[in-house]
Amino acid sequence: MDQFAGLYNYWIFIVLMMIGFYIVMAQHNLIKKVVGLNIFQVSVFVFYISMSKVEDGSAPIIAEGITVYSNPLPHVLILTAIVVGVATTALALALVVRIRDSYGSIEEDEIEAEERRREKHF
Amino acid sequence: MKNLRAMSKRRRREMQHKEVLRVCSKLLIPLIMLFALYVQFHGDFGPGGGFQAGVIFASAFILYALIFGVDVGMKVLSPGARRFFLAAGLLLYAGVGIAGMLFGGRYLNYSVLLQDPVAGQHLGILLIELGVGVTVAAAMITIFYVFANQDESE
Amino acid sequence: MLVANLPALQVVLPLIAAPICLLLRRSDRAWLWATIVTWFCLGIAICLLREVLSVGAISYPIGDWAAPIGIEYKIDLLSAFLLVIVSLIGAVVLPYAHASVSSEIPDARIYLFYTMYLLCLCGLLGIAVTGDAFNLFVFLEISSLSSYVLISMGRYRRSLTAAYRYLIMGTVGATFYIIGVGMMYMMTGTLNMADLANRIPAVAETRTIQVAIAFIVVGLSLKLAIFPLHMWLPNAYTFAPSVVTIFLAATATKVAVYALLRMIFTVFGGEPLFVIGEVLMILSVAAMFVGSLVAIYQTNIKRMLAYSSIAQIGYMVLGISFITTTGLAGGIIHLFNHALVKGALFMAVGGMFFRIASVRLDDMAGIGKRMPITTGCFVIAGLGLIGVPLTAGFISKWYLVSAALEKEMWLIAVLILISSLLAVIYIWRVVEVAYFRAPPKRAAVMSEPPLSMLIPLFILTGASIYFGIDASRTVDIAMAAAQFLMIGVAQ
Repeated sequence: MDQFAGLYNYWIFIVLMMIGFYIVMAQHNLIKKVVGLNIFQVSVFVFYISMSKVEDGSAPIIAEGITVYSNPLPHVLILTAIVVGVATTALALALVVRIRDSYGSIEEDEIEAEERRREKHF
Repeated sequence: MKNLRAMSKRRRREMQHKEVLRVCSKLLIPLIMLFALYVQFHGDFGPGGGFQAGVIFASAFILYALIFGVDVGMKVLSPGARRFFLAAGLLLYAGVGIAGMLFGGRYLNYSVLLQDPVAGQHLGILLIELGVGVTVAAAMITIFYVFANQDESE
Repeated sequence: MLVANLPALQVVLPLIAAPICLLLRRSDRAWLWATIVTWFCLGIAICLLREVLSVGAISYPIGDWAAPIGIEYKIDLLSAFLLVIVSLIGAVVLPYAHASVSSEIPDARIYLFYTMYLLCLCGLLGIAVTGDAFNLFVFLEISSLSSYVLISMGRYRRSLTAAYRYLIMGTVGATFYIIGVGMMYMMTGTLNMADLANRIPAVAETRTIQVAIAFIVVGLSLKLAIFPLHMWLPNAYTFAPSVVTIFLAATATKVAVYALLRMIFTVFGGEPLFVIGEVLMILSVAAMFVGSLVAIYQTNIKRMLAYSSIAQIGYMVLGISFITTTGLAGGIIHLFNHALVKGALFMAVGGMFFRIASVRLDDMAGIGKRMPITTGCFVIAGLGLIGVPLTAGFISKWYLVSAALEKEMWLIAVLILISSLLAVIYIWRVVEVAYFRAPPKRAAVMSEPPLSMLIPLFILTGASIYFGIDASRTVDIAMAAAQFLMIGVAQ
């Protein structure tokens, strides 16, 4: 039980990661894949931030009278990773918009079927 | 006769709704921008910094465009200005690094920027975060306008 | 001052050039600016290589924050070698790009193309110079995001779906990598690669580090397109604009191989290979065969060359999996040679596409007579791909076979030779169509592509021949780099 209760943040990370990964692989809708990718990336943020917590440490902002701070380095790493995630999501959605304009659909199987119809031409 | 009265009551409620949004946003947008500037310059002492401030600043512009219409919003910040700020922020960031090199240190060395190393660190971080904030705000606004227009823009 | 700061300038120069390119709306000004910048990058890379050859590894702490705390750029022989490869391809492609890009991308977007090109170059160069595990992720994502944009600029509808699929798979790979880095940070408390190498042996037996190794290897393998994780590559290379295919095929996967080498040898001291070496060997042999076999059946030349790339990546990873100096050197030499050969092949195909607007094999009938120079360069580079003596490919295959024989793996040596023969089949298909079939009746009189496209093609083809005849310099560098990487590895 101690294995579970003490390490619950890592369990959350793994569950979120697997949910996100499953959505990316199993969903046919392009936007739902992007959502899955986001969940996958959020799990990594949870992992880093929870890893940085020091027992009895406060937020890593210098203040009078506080001696124990949480580790600020993973926070900075996650800021970078969040920005990368935002850029990736924006790019993915822009691509989905243009795919919709070209194919008229954002379901992967419909796009594949459309391409197979045009395959002989190419 | 009853339908006409019901229709005008509904339309009155719609107009009310839009009035509320318009007035509230006109009151809030400057406060949002002020808060963004606060977050930007308080990155040294508290949670904040360039990326967060840039997103909040962009949200002010996006709110304006959502309420008053995308074409009105485009007039506030033209595509050329957006592109300029996108480039300018990144150039400011890299320029601070180059300035560190010119003053004798390595790339992105802030201590050599001023006589006092600590003051140099303050100035360096300030300018860097400013560059990040400007670029992020311009990027977020550009992303919004690209999705809002959905026909070609740039 | 300038010389001392070269490691930073190598990355900062394209990074600053990109937003300036964004401000230059006119396509010819953007092209000129990009060309000047990439040639300067090549100069910096050559200077760095010379300095590393004379002085040894260069260490450059960013912002003058000393090593374990700050981000450090560490350039040793392998990094400098890779810098020269990437910047050489980046610089040689640009004169080619002037005509090619103008014909494939709408004029109003060409400045955006060159902006993304410079950012991609910055990211790839950054991966080679950095000595910090998280900084590698940042540069990896810079190069990946800009390459997704570059691929999506192709003329086909399928460029968009190809870019989307590459985006999903590439982001999953990068996220796996960063999970691995996080686990390493949890156990050791540092992100600097040299410092990690010191601290990891103490915690190497814990499950966290073993899982971290697994995540990092799988994450980088997704970027590398090793056999089961290669699904994004054929579509991405086929439907991208010609210049993008040349640039990415010659650099992106090589840099991912470099990142894998860095993590496995420098950070983990080669230990993971004793566990996963056999798996890598099996997967790379599978890549060699699957890639070559599928390439034989393709009707689209770009797709054929893309599957051939998958096979060649198998050779590079095979060199890694031998865990000997010769094998590693063979892999590194193959990295260099494949960049030259594939660059030349895709340049020739791009030249053909420029004139006949098609990359289907059937449309290339008789092109040997209509465009003799371009097709001749294709054939010469194809010989380099097969590994005929006197071409660059022969040197790397020689070292790989020697490494296999050293470890008495006769089967592997035979498999290497058989898959090289498979390459003969698909190169011969192109030769047969190009030279021995009559051109279609309605074909107009064709001429060679313009000189601006032919000269870079000559440079790369000539280099692949030159480094096959006089391979001493590349072999010396590769052997020295391999020996340095193998220092910590117990036999």
